[in-house]
Amino acid sequence: MSTLDIDVRPQAGPPRGAAKAAPRGHRRFGDPVFRVVALVCGLSVAIAMFTLAGVLIYNSWTAIGELGLSFLTTVAWSPNGGSYGALAALAGTAMTTVVAMVIAVPLALVIALLLTELVPPRVARVIGTGIEMLAAIPSIIFGMWGLFVLVPFMQERVAPLVMDSWLGELPLLRPGPMFQGGGFSILTAGLVLAVMVLPFITAFSRDVLLMVPRVTKEAGYGMGSTTWEVLRKISLRYALSGIVGATFIGLGRALGETMAVAYLVGGSFLSVPQSLFDPGTTIASLIALQFNEATTKLDISALIYMGLILFAITMVFQVLAQIWLRRARRTTGGRA
Amino acid sequence: MRKSSRRWRAIAAAALAVLLAVFALALAACGDDGEASDGSGIPGSGTANTIVGAGASFPYPLYSAWGSEYNSLNGVKLNYQSIGSGGGISAISAKTVDFGGSDAPLEPSELQAAGLMQWPQCVGGVVLVVNLDGVENNELKLTAELVAKMYTGEVDTWSDPALAAENDGLALPDTKINVVHRADSSGTTWIFTNYLAAAAGDVWTLGGDKEIAWPTGVGGKGNEGVAASVQQLKGSIGYVEYAYAKETGLVSTQLKNADGEWVEPSLETFGQAAAQADWAGADEFYLVLVDQPGPTTWPITGASFIMVQKEQADVARAQAMLQFFDWAFREGAGTAEGLDYVPIPANVYELIQSKWSENLMSGGSPVWPL
Repeated sequence: MSTLDIDVRPQAGPPRGAAKAAPRGHRRFGDPVFRVVALVCGLSVAIAMFTLAGVLIYNSWTAIGELGLSFLTTVAWSPNGGSYGALAALAGTAMTTVVAMVIAVPLALVIALLLTELVPPRVARVIGTGIEMLAAIPSIIFGMWGLFVLVPFMQERVAPLVMDSWLGELPLLRPGPMFQGGGFSILTAGLVLAVMVLPFITAFSRDVLLMVPRVTKEAGYGMGSTTWEVLRKISLRYALSGIVGATFIGLGRALGETMAVAYLVGGSFLSVPQSLFDPGTTIASLIALQFNEATTKLDISALIYMGLILFAITMVFQVLAQIWLRRARRTTGGRA
Repeated sequence: MRKSSRRWRAIAAAALAVLLAVFALALAACGDDGEASDGSGIPGSGTANTIVGAGASFPYPLYSAWGSEYNSLNGVKLNYQSIGSGGGISAISAKTVDFGGSDAPLEPSELQAAGLMQWPQCVGGVVLVVNLDGVENNELKLTAELVAKMYTGEVDTWSDPALAAENDGLALPDTKINVVHRADSSGTTWIFTNYLAAAAGDVWTLGGDKEIAWPTGVGGKGNEGVAASVQQLKGSIGYVEYAYAKETGLVSTQLKNADGEWVEPSLETFGQAAAQADWAGADEFYLVLVDQPGPTTWPITGASFIMVQKEQADVARAQAMLQFFDWAFREGAGTAEGLDYVPIPANVYELIQSKWSENLMSGGSPVWPL
C-alpha cells in the first residue's frame, strides 16, 4: 500500500541486437515465464484488495440496511443502549491522527535534513540506525510505554500545568464533560502515535533526500546560495513528492493503529471529545475492544461497517495522495 | 505489433489460469479442514486426546492450571482460549469448540434456542480497587450507593461528605475521583453492574449487563487493563477480579453487604456467598450470585459457567470432556482455592451430574455416566 512512486510502466525492451546475442532457449522461455509470474503476483494483490472490500461490504450489509448513513452522524456506540453510532470514533480517529501528524511530520523532516545535509556521514549512520530500530518496535510495546510512563506523566504533570494556566481556557484544551484528569486522553494517544510514525516518515524522507543529485546542489552553492536556500529551494523541492508519500504512509499507520491506542485513548465510546485532554476512542481500537464479545448479528455487522468506513477513509487518502503527487511532479518539473 | 499483443493476451490468460487454479486449491483445502478427521468439525482435534474450549477470561488461570495437571495425570490435553464470555457463547453455539465458558449465565430460553446446557464450574469475587496516597489495603469503606454514585458521576471528589461519613478518621484527599471501567464487553462488568442493580436501589438505573453506557470514566481493556489504569492514575477507582487485585498488589476496599456488615474480600467471604446459592432451585442453573445474605458474605461474587451442546456428535469426545470436568469437580478443589476461586460443593456437583445424564445425548442414548 505504499504510495512511494515506483514506476512500473513497461520500459522499452532491450536493444534488438542484445536479444539476438542471447541463447535461443532463454529468449523463448525466460521472458514469458517471468511475465506470467509477475502478472500473477500483481493480479493477486488487486484481487485481494477487491475481495477484501467485497467481504467487508457483504458482512456489513445488515448494518448498512438497518442503520444507513445515519450511522455516520449518530454519536454514541452503545449496542446495549440500542445506539449504533460511529461519530465519536470518527472524531477520535481524526483528532489522534491530526495530533500525531502535526508533531511527527515537521520533526521527521528536520531530522531527515539533519541526517542528509548537516551532520557527518558517520554520525548520520548511527542516528539513522537508531531510527530504523525505532521503526521495528512492535506497537504493543509503545502501548505499554505509554501506559506506564506517558499516562502518569500527562496526568500528574502536563494536564495540571495546562489547566492552571491560561492555556486551559483555550477551546481544544479546556476540559470537557468527560474529562478524567488527562492521563488517558486523545493527546496521550496522539503523542504515542507521533512517536510510532516518526521513524517511518524520517526514514523514507531521508532516503528520498539522499537521491537529490549532488550536481544540482553543488550548482546551487556555486550560484552563491546559503545552506538554507539550497535545502529549501533544491533539496526539499526535489524530494517533495517522496516526502508526501512518506507522510501518507505515516498517516495510514496512524489512522489504523489499534492496540497502542486502545490502551491509551480512554475507551470512551459515547461522546465526541471536546478537548485533547478528554478520553475518546478511535475506529480501530473500538473494533478491537468490542469484537470479541459482539454476539448479535447487528453488533458484528455494525463493527464491520465501521471497518468498511476506515477502509474507505484510507482509500480516499491514497487517491488524494496520488493526485497530489501527479500535480507536484508537474510543478517541480518532471523528475522527483 | 499485432503479434506482440496476441502474445500478451496469451500471457494474461495463463496468469489468470494459474490464479484460478491457486484459488481452487485453496478452497479445496478449506473444505478439507472443515471436516476434521474425526468428523467432529472442531479444528485442531484429531482425537479425543484434546479437549477444546473457549470463553471467559476470568476462570482462565484456573482452567489452564487444571488442564496441565490433568494432562500430566491422563495425557489428555485441554486447550482453553480465553476470548471472552460472548466469544465463548458464539463458539459453542457454532459448535467450533467442545465447550464454551461464560461469566454470565444464559437464560433458559436462550439455552433452549441454541440447544445448549450450562453448569457452574467455579465461583469468584470482584473487588473494588483504589489508588489513594495513605490509604492501606481494605481500609476504605464503601457502600453500594457510594459506588453507584461514583460510577454515575454524582460523587466526584474524594472529599465528598458522603464518603467521609462512612470513613471516620481516614484522611481522604480533596481531588477528583477518576473512575475506571471496562472498555470491552465483559463478564466482570456483568457481575459488577448486577451487584449495583441489586444493592444500590434507585441510585443505579443503568441495569446489569456486560456492557454499560457509562456516563463517566475511562475504559481499560481487560482486567489487566483496568488494574494497570488504577495503578497509573492517582485518585482512581476500578473493579477487577480478585486475582488481578492480589497479583498487582492493588489496594482493595471493604464493602457493606446485604446484612449491613462491613466485609473484606477473601476466599472465605466469597465462599460464604457461594454457600448461599440455591442451585437446586435455579432453572438451568441460572443464578445471579450478587448481594447474597449472611453476616460475612462478600456482596460481589459470581459463578463462571460451562456451556456444551446437548446433542453430542461424538460419544468418545463427549465422555473425554466430561471425565475432565468430573476430575475437576472431584480433585480440583485444592488447585481452585490456591488460585482464590471457590470450588463448587459436592452436593451441587451431584446435581450437575444428574443433569448431564438427563440432557447430554448422542444418537438418543445418554453419554454420562460412562
